[in-house]
Amino acid sequence: MNQYEVTFIIDPVLSGDEIKTTGSTYESLLKDNGCNIVHVHDMGLRQLAYPINKKSSGIYYCIEFSTTAGEVISKVELALRRDERIMRFLTVKLDKYGVKYNEDRRSGKIVAYKKKDKKKPNDAATTVEKKEKVVEEVMVKAPSKVEEE
Amino acid sequence: MASRDDIKFLNNPTIGRKRKKYCRFKKYGIKYIDYKDSEFLLQFINEQGKLLPRRITGNSLKYQKLVAVAVKRARHLAILPYVADLLK
Repeated sequence: MNQYEVTFIIDPVLSGDEIKTTGSTYESLLKDNGCNIVHVHDMGLRQLAYPINKKSSGIYYCIEFSTTAGEVISKVELALRRDERIMRFLTVKLDKYGVKYNEDRRSGKIVAYKKKDKKKPNDAATTVEKKEKVVEEVMVKAPSKVEEE
Repeated sequence: MASRDDIKFLNNPTIGRKRKKYCRFKKYGIKYIDYKDSEFLLQFINEQGKLLPRRITGNSLKYQKLVAVAVKRARHLAILPYVADLLK
């Protein structure tokens, strides 16, 4: 039994109900084809990193499912491709680590990564300053040594 | 002055030394890289949205390849940009 994950972007122009029905149609399509739905993750409206079909935002949907028959995927992908409401999709097979990661994510063991407040750039800046200081010290000390000799 | 025991070096010897790079995936036991986590993946791309080389991130070959795949998946789903200016 393999576990897969299909993520797709739904057109944001649609009304709230239409969006929900599009999500659930693919859920039921997978169920009809003998898939076991593990989890449905509605990521909601997100800003796209670049415009797709002249739209700058989209609704992300992620369905995690497991099945023994891999032929289902080509069927679902064909349906997704023909659907005008879907802007983009991606199907991924999850390895054992991926399955575990998603489980942990759901149970709250893993939290989404958050950027620390500019710790790294400061560190880099201070090290550079320190290096410069060292160079200066060496420059100052070198002639004095010569004098001592 | 010269006979003081606590002064061993003229300069602090650790100052100029570079910190050793390490693979964060190996160190912290991260086995799976999520392509939907854009904040995490931002660490591995530069301001133009290009993948950073291994010599900068310090990733091991195995995980660098996984990072590359995750970034490419994220780009396809418009989670990360293909090209950008001043991403960070």
